[in-house]
Amino acid sequence: MIRFRYALAATLIGLGIWQIVIWATGAPHYILPSPWRVATTGFENRALIAHHAIVTGTEVILGLLIGATLGALTAIHLAASQRLSRMVMPLLVFTQAVPVFALAPILTLWFGYGMASKVVMAVLIIYFPVTASFYDGLMRVTPALLDLAKTMGASTAQTMLRIKIPYALPSLASGLKLAAVYAPIGAVIGEWVGSSQGLGYLMLLANGRAKIDLMFASLIVLAVLTVGLHKLVCALADRMNTLA
Amino acid sequence: MTNAPGITLQGRYRIGQQTLFDAAAVRVAAGQWTCLLGRSGVGKSTILRLILGLQTAGQFDGTIAADDGQPIEGRASYMAQSDLLLPWLTLRENVVLGARLRGVAPDLDMADAMIARVGLTAHHTKKPSALSGGMRQRTALARTLMEHRPIVLLDEPFSALDAGTRADMQDLAASVLVGKTVLLVTHDPAEACRLGHRIAVLTPTRTLPWQVPDTAPVRQAGDPATLAAQAALLAHLRATA
Repeated sequence: MIRFRYALAATLIGLGIWQIVIWATGAPHYILPSPWRVATTGFENRALIAHHAIVTGTEVILGLLIGATLGALTAIHLAASQRLSRMVMPLLVFTQAVPVFALAPILTLWFGYGMASKVVMAVLIIYFPVTASFYDGLMRVTPALLDLAKTMGASTAQTMLRIKIPYALPSLASGLKLAAVYAPIGAVIGEWVGSSQGLGYLMLLANGRAKIDLMFASLIVLAVLTVGLHKLVCALADRMNTLA
Repeated sequence: MTNAPGITLQGRYRIGQQTLFDAAAVRVAAGQWTCLLGRSGVGKSTILRLILGLQTAGQFDGTIAADDGQPIEGRASYMAQSDLLLPWLTLRENVVLGARLRGVAPDLDMADAMIARVGLTAHHTKKPSALSGGMRQRTALARTLMEHRPIVLLDEPFSALDAGTRADMQDLAASVLVGKTVLLVTHDPAEACRLGHRIAVLTPTRTLPWQVPDTAPVRQAGDPATLAAQAALLAHLRATA
């Protein structure tokens, strides 16, 4: 409850500063709409915003599920084979040097204007953080524990399943928490480059028609969506950690 | 455990160009406790790892053999200073870890018997975080017993315990590991003199057999002969440090 109060206070302070900036600069509503105007516009357009939010939300959740699965599987395989990890890890780091933003037009070309290209964007953007953090955890298992397993005649697969993976679950959890924040970025960039649905599309549309209040409303819904997703993943991750 | 073999390790161990120990014939007596002492870094733990067939940092040129000519691998179990319990498993699940890691169904009745033997029956559903240091080490001992190995290698398993718990653990370990071939690496002359059928002091150039009191272990801490042996051993370790 105390944390909720702090969050509420922070929000009110933020809104207050926003309003003060408008009063101080005299910015017209088509440059910087007031919080109240954004709220009413958002409420009036709730069905429209909800429709686009569901599209973006679906893209993000699909991207998270697919990206997290691929990332976790990659990490396990890399951790199981030193040779593979020596070959693949530099390659993975190299691909991170290519900005996903630059790939967006190509992905739209390949996967079309529908949901697929946005899901792929989200997957690409979260794949590396999930892989890297889980892999780190898998490789950081206390060596003495692995020695013990070896003296017990453990198989490689059982050591992975019963020691390394449970040991590395907290690392996977921190990767997933990052992913929950990154995934919406991927989806929205995909929508900007080419789409007819989604909050990213709605923001561009509203901006183009000088409906800055609608753009802000969409942006806030996107932010709330992201925070909600982050909270959900954190709760799931904490449960996963107590299991481990 | 009448078939517990003795072990002889002989040879030279190098890390890079530097020789850690040379021609150190370490004899581990069949079915008895051998305590290995020596200053830090002389390679005591390395000897344990070599016998267990675990990776070490350096190069060993020599032989490690059991008296009966059979391979040691698969017949030795290991207990370290850290209990190495998995925090997400209960005490009982930790005790049967070996079977689980080999992918076979664990013998839970046997596990309960072992847990009873180390006096932890009332705690078998607890996670390691809910156990004291002594209870955790007793769990590790039960896990070691579950492996049914004739050779047991102990790397300072009692050194992190308080004095009272340590003495209790020594008595318990001596009673449950009776008849097994035990090599105990320790820094503590008192521990060696209480528990050892034989005591050896490892130096870079040789393995010095140390005279143990005439009585059989576990020796009373207050026994004059034990105290005298302990004092002499301590003086020797200080002089050669």
